[in-house]
Amino acid sequence: MFRYFTQAKHIFVVEGISSCCAIKSAVLIQRWYRQFVARKEMRRRYTWHIFQSIEYSGEQAQIKLYNFLGYLMDNFTPASNERNLISHIFRENEVCRDAEWERYFCYKNIEVPDLYSGPHLTFPLTVEQAVGLVEAFRNKKQLHSRYVLQLLLETWKQLRLLPNINRISTCHSKEITICGDLHGQLEDLLLIFYKNDMPSLEKPYLFNGDFVDRGKDSIEILIILFSFLLVYPSEVYLNRGNHEDHIVNLRYGFTKEVLSKYRMHGKRILKLLQKIFSWLPLATVIDQKVLVIHGGISNTTDLSVLARVDRHNYNSALRPPKKRHQNVAGKSIDSDEEAGSTNKVFQRRPSLTFPRTLTKDCFQNRSLQDFSDRLRANTVEEVEIHKRLPGPLGPENDTSQSCESISSEDEWRQILDLLWSDPMAQDGCVPNEVRGGGCYWGPDVTEDFLNRHNLQLIIRSHECKQEGYEFCHNRKVLTLFSASNYYDVGSNRGAYVKLGPDLVPYLVQYQASSMIRELSVRQSAGRSERSANKVLREQLFAHKSDLICAFKKLDSGNKGRVSLANWASAVESVMRLGLPWRIMRSQLVTGRSADSSIDSSIDYYEWFNELAIKGANADHIDQSLLETLYRHRSTLETIFRIVDTDNSGFITMEDFRQTWKLLSVYLKMEITEEAISDLAVTIDSNQDGSIDIEEFMEAFRLTDKKSRLERGRSMFMGTASDLTKLEGDPNI
Amino acid sequence: MAESKQSAEATVSDVQKKIRAAFEAFDYESNNTVDVREIGTIIYSLGCFPSQADLHDLIAEVEEDQTGYIHLDSFLPVMSKVLLEHKFPPIPEDLLLQAFEVLDKEKKGYLEHEELTKYMTQEGELFTQEEVDEMLTALADHEKNVVYYKDLINQLTIDPDM
Repeated sequence: MFRYFTQAKHIFVVEGISSCCAIKSAVLIQRWYRQFVARKEMRRRYTWHIFQSIEYSGEQAQIKLYNFLGYLMDNFTPASNERNLISHIFRENEVCRDAEWERYFCYKNIEVPDLYSGPHLTFPLTVEQAVGLVEAFRNKKQLHSRYVLQLLLETWKQLRLLPNINRISTCHSKEITICGDLHGQLEDLLLIFYKNDMPSLEKPYLFNGDFVDRGKDSIEILIILFSFLLVYPSEVYLNRGNHEDHIVNLRYGFTKEVLSKYRMHGKRILKLLQKIFSWLPLATVIDQKVLVIHGGISNTTDLSVLARVDRHNYNSALRPPKKRHQNVAGKSIDSDEEAGSTNKVFQRRPSLTFPRTLTKDCFQNRSLQDFSDRLRANTVEEVEIHKRLPGPLGPENDTSQSCESISSEDEWRQILDLLWSDPMAQDGCVPNEVRGGGCYWGPDVTEDFLNRHNLQLIIRSHECKQEGYEFCHNRKVLTLFSASNYYDVGSNRGAYVKLGPDLVPYLVQYQASSMIRELSVRQSAGRSERSANKVLREQLFAHKSDLICAFKKLDSGNKGRVSLANWASAVESVMRLGLPWRIMRSQLVTGRSADSSIDSSIDYYEWFNELAIKGANADHIDQSLLETLYRHRSTLETIFRIVDTDNSGFITMEDFRQTWKLLSVYLKMEITEEAISDLAVTIDSNQDGSIDIEEFMEAFRLTDKKSRLERGRSMFMGTASDLTKLEGDPNI
Repeated sequence: MAESKQSAEATVSDVQKKIRAAFEAFDYESNNTVDVREIGTIIYSLGCFPSQADLHDLIAEVEEDQTGYIHLDSFLPVMSKVLLEHKFPPIPEDLLLQAFEVLDKEKKGYLEHEELTKYMTQEGELFTQEEVDEMLTALADHEKNVVYYKDLINQLTIDPDM
């Protein structure tokens, strides 16, 4: 090899410019460039993987939290404080008559002030008004809560008329446009309407779920979609997604968005939306040949069962249905607040799709790590078993007490699968451990399902795809995602699909954001990487204690250094993100800690200094408690919002303590009264005994010393970062 | 002696880990195979700079009889050898600079769209039109529409040991 280069140099020097030279030069440049592109592609994949694994582990965390709270519900005595704190999120739809609901949701006494410059609505809604709403939102107006409530009430009435499964046809040569996840990204919806025109008699649309959460304009998207639904009830169709669920909304930002945009009436709006979400249809079938659903299917999915369920009983897909017990007097008991009731009316299974129940001792004397280890161990076994035996997912549910042929448990599982499942490449059907709900289904399940139901294609969403769409299972399954730049500016395109009577999908891609056009390919890839890098560094910082512990175990000589191989395996054992740490080392280990000498080992203490993440100014607070805070920030915030029953944004000191107690049980961590007081003192500026949730979360945010951007939240923290504010900042 | 043997073994297992990690990124079905069309990317990302001819030879050595797939079992030993023997080392910066300068006949300090396109698509290991377009989008200065190759080489040098 050495010979080659000296020879080449020789040619340059001696022979001067000749065509032989030109060829050799071209070859060098081509080879160099191809190498560069390949490495860039490799890094892009890892960046993607980082965002995706953090997103999914967030979903998993949410479900785990929910399960945990459910466990508490089942195992604390009815009168206990803890139970009262959280019982309201498990409360079934109160049995109220319509008249009572109408009073609660009444908008008539809400006055619209003269100063209001947004759109005014009159009902029945007209096309002009719907179009006017789109324009108003484009101009950043907000719809007044009176009109919001009115609109939602009309929408509720309309949705109750719809069946569980919409059946539509493309007769009259009408092409239907289908959109995937929008996630509160108004810019994408506007772009779709710009490219494809708004819904009309000639332009039917189907929106496939996940309209809300993460993006900042979720409520505006809902208002637009519902308006068109009311104006064109035979041309606009909506499917429910897994984010059309108030439990999920608590973590992923929609609840917060509504409460901050509608301070006075937000709570009512959210309550009404709960009902509306539960009344959204579950699926759509086009020309009896194409099934459109948000998540996917499982090997037990049965459309005839789904057509018959009472879908509005499933307020949250995460919550299995109440079992209705008849007591001696023959009246059915719905409420679980019955004082002194010994009937365990509310039979909750702690786990969603795992056939084995998790018992009490799973939670005691176990850390979160143990818990997830155990799940992982179960999972591996489960996966092995189910890989070998294709078929139903182990119906040995020992808590199921139903004697009906189709139990409400089964119904619930059907809905869960529909909204949460993902396709996989291998045959079979296994629980979706990564998200914590639904399953992974294989090409054989698709084949079987399509044959049984006489269908030819499944269109679903639920997963972000770089090109906005992706076919799999022999082109029998199409994933469609309509939120462009979902993970970060430049991360992916969005797409919508048009389906005519020939039922051949015609895909259209796009990418929103004016910033994109100015960034060169190189810049936008680098930007995504930096963003993912930051997110990852925060995670690493938040696990400092565990990581140091792991490094020490491998540093037998106590030199403060570990080899690259050991560094990588230690990091994976703590972080469990399944990332290629060795390959990413050059981006994560920088500065002095990267001055690897001959043995390319890493000084791990120095490495933490170099991570350049700054924690809260909280020297008086225990290190491990701080780390817990950073790591479980999203969970903590979710619990706060649950505890804040009147959605005021404040909780009392007492409730604050209770929350920490809950968290300490959940994480199996010792948190002293003193430590909790220290935390409270940090932010109780008004000294009035109440804690401002926002203020608290802000006080304990990690900031990146390297980045000039300190606004906005990283993906790890559960809400989408608002990068549109970064206009013109060259460093980001 | 024992020590150097140990370190030699360590190097081999290190190298194998690297290869596995890169391979897994493209193993979509988790069955230790990758599509043959991705193998170039994998080899490049491991820090190698093979020519197209080298690549074809390598692929021929590891491909499973025209199936279009390459199995890790075949790939690992061959690639390990490549890495341990440093078979396709990186191009030194100064050589790369000279290569650009050769093409820049008038010594302008930059290359124009047409110049670069002509060389890349007509000489050496030909680029497709698509590759050239992508290259120009990525590397060219937007306003002036030319490629300032000196800056490029500084900014886009490869990371040290991956």
